[in-house]
Amino acid sequence: MSDQSLHTPVANVALIPATAPPADVRPGPVTWIKGNLFSTPLSGVLTICFVLLAGWLLHQFLSFAIFYAVWSGGREACRANPEGACWPFIAEKFDYLRYGAYPVSERWRVNLTQAVGATLIVWLLWTKAPQRKVAAVLFFIVYPVAAFVLLRGAAWLNLPVIDTTLWGGLLITLLMSIVGIVFSLPIGVVLALGRRSELPIIKAVCVTFIEVVRGVPFITVLFMANFMMPLFVPDYLTPDRLLRPLIAIALFSSAYMAEVVRAGLQAIPKGQYEAAEALGISYLNMMRLIVLPQALTIVIPSIVSTFIGLFKDTTLVAIVGIADFLKAVETARVDPNWAGPTISSTGYLFAGLVYWGFCFGMSRYSQAMERQLARGHKR
Amino acid sequence: MSDLSLPARSRRSLSLHDKKVRGIFYQVLLAGSLLALALGIGIQTASNMRARGIPLSFDFWNESAGFDINQTLIPYDTLSTYGQAFWVGVVNTLYVSFLAILLATLLGFVVGIARLSQNWVVSKVATSYVEVVRNVPLLLQLLFWYNAVLKPLPPPKSSIAIPGGIYLNNRGLIIPEIQLHPGAGLVGLAFAAAVFCSIAFWFYAKRVQRGTGKQLPVFLVSLAALAGFPLVMFLAAGEPVSFITPHLRGFNFQGGHQLYPEFAALLIGLSVYTGSYIAEIVRSGIQAVPKGQTEAAYALGLSPGKTLRLVIVPQALRIIIPPLTSQYLNLTKNSSLAVFIGYPDLVQIFAGTVLNQTGAAVQVMAITLSVYLAISIVTSMAMNAFNQHSAIVER
Repeated sequence: MSDQSLHTPVANVALIPATAPPADVRPGPVTWIKGNLFSTPLSGVLTICFVLLAGWLLHQFLSFAIFYAVWSGGREACRANPEGACWPFIAEKFDYLRYGAYPVSERWRVNLTQAVGATLIVWLLWTKAPQRKVAAVLFFIVYPVAAFVLLRGAAWLNLPVIDTTLWGGLLITLLMSIVGIVFSLPIGVVLALGRRSELPIIKAVCVTFIEVVRGVPFITVLFMANFMMPLFVPDYLTPDRLLRPLIAIALFSSAYMAEVVRAGLQAIPKGQYEAAEALGISYLNMMRLIVLPQALTIVIPSIVSTFIGLFKDTTLVAIVGIADFLKAVETARVDPNWAGPTISSTGYLFAGLVYWGFCFGMSRYSQAMERQLARGHKR
Repeated sequence: MSDLSLPARSRRSLSLHDKKVRGIFYQVLLAGSLLALALGIGIQTASNMRARGIPLSFDFWNESAGFDINQTLIPYDTLSTYGQAFWVGVVNTLYVSFLAILLATLLGFVVGIARLSQNWVVSKVATSYVEVVRNVPLLLQLLFWYNAVLKPLPPPKSSIAIPGGIYLNNRGLIIPEIQLHPGAGLVGLAFAAAVFCSIAFWFYAKRVQRGTGKQLPVFLVSLAALAGFPLVMFLAAGEPVSFITPHLRGFNFQGGHQLYPEFAALLIGLSVYTGSYIAEIVRSGIQAVPKGQTEAAYALGLSPGKTLRLVIVPQALRIIIPPLTSQYLNLTKNSSLAVFIGYPDLVQIFAGTVLNQTGAAVQVMAITLSVYLAISIVTSMAMNAFNQHSAIVER
């Protein structure tokens, strides 16, 4: 077809002239401000109040943490400045906050353990990573043993034994959380299955355990572990002072994990169980191959939320004399060498930033996972 | 029907391939091993306690405690028994939890609704609050409030004076003490009458509205009655209520009520922390109410405030209440963090001081755990009842 034929009118009708494109009605900044900040007089007043409030808070925070903060120099510089944070204090205490009293020459062991742990966690949580089953086996079975041997030391490996009383700081916090998740997840799965079991005694035992543990504060569980565990066993079996809170944290979080897993088990349609039974698959294989993979996948966001709670709860182990990260900050804060007007605030600010960074990162992951799962279920 | 069953198969063989036999076998195994474990632990514990000279009985309950507690809502002194110390702890735990629950609920509802506000700044500020507070451990927040905010306040000598005879210093907040003179009962009576009248007027207004569609100003009338009646009686009875303003004597204040910094830090910390969780519950509860409900309410001409109050919140409450209950329980359990800042709650007094003084670890822990379990059970039962009351009535 040539241009000619296109432009030749078929009937004796003039071509309609092209109309102008519609006016740009996309909301501009003024419309947005009107709609979102000053839609009603009350809204306008609120906007102004909240801008002032947020501005004041932000100003306070930034001037304390950055503008008026002491960035270099020593104690004298900090003592002379009551306006801002004392970052040299954190710089000097940094290694103590990270490792506690772990011997300096052996700290590479901590670094190595943590690097391996981080790698395994990324492998496990990154949904597109290959061979995640291998990662799971490594993380839940091989890693705890290897990490313990590496951190504690063993004569046959030519690694000097480091007593657990020397461990401290972020090392303890991470150790507590990792132990918590590594043990609470499998125990939680067993408890959740037990709670849904048809066998009355098994069900009763699981329900009692879960409800009692969830009904009491973590501090009391820690107290129990610390004061009563040595009474429960003969003297030669008395657990190490670090092992007692570890057992407490594993049992405590497994009760919470059990409820999370139970929610996942309940979300699996009954047809899945029935189909498996109809095919003659045994209970163990049905759970292992059909139900649990689906159930655990849907509850990943809740597992991460529980883990965030567990991570925050590790701060409580200070009550039984374990020097976790927050306890290390507390110890550093009252160091008389550094006595100054802003040392406490600086310490808490730093601790807050560290905890916030970990927890916020995890909650973001959990939200992303939730969106991804929601996408998968949409048809 | 029994005729049809196969006689040859009616006798079960006792084999582990039988599902029922297997079930019984596993249960007996579990029950047996648990019993054996409990027995072993019991015997071992008893012998360990005897070997260490730890009392095995509850005799310590009636012994004199010999330590002082700064905040006591019920009579207590150094000569009181461990049992009385226990009750002081229970009351203090319930007191701080109750107040914190009120504040956290208020804060949570305000922030939760603010997060859904059309106003961009309001919703962003609310979101930041939730994201910051939720992701920092409660213990760190408590230590911050106590050690970095309340402790560095000036000493009593240079207290911050707040108009109205209130003083703020590093020993706490000192507020005027209310003193009642004869005739104060009449003011209380007037208040009770005002409450009664407000309720009666509310019922009357409801009936009027049902009959005629007219809305009476219930809120304004009630407010006027609640404020007016006692005020009139107060003036008529010759001002029978007075305040003792605290004044500095020596190194501390005399007169007035003292709000201890430990209590204040715990109250603020618990309210702010739990408030952020409640805000999220409220937000998701409101979002779960279908949008059509809001649109229908607007179409009927209800104002946004009324829509929220009369249409959205009552429906959202059904979704909100179960998780809200568990937050209340969490708050009560978290009040045990008092032990870190020295507020005399159940754990600090009983599982801390009493346990250390008597050494009766098993008894003390058993009692402490039972208290928390009891609180937990009672709260869940109350909330379940309310939940059933507000549950949707299906036709």
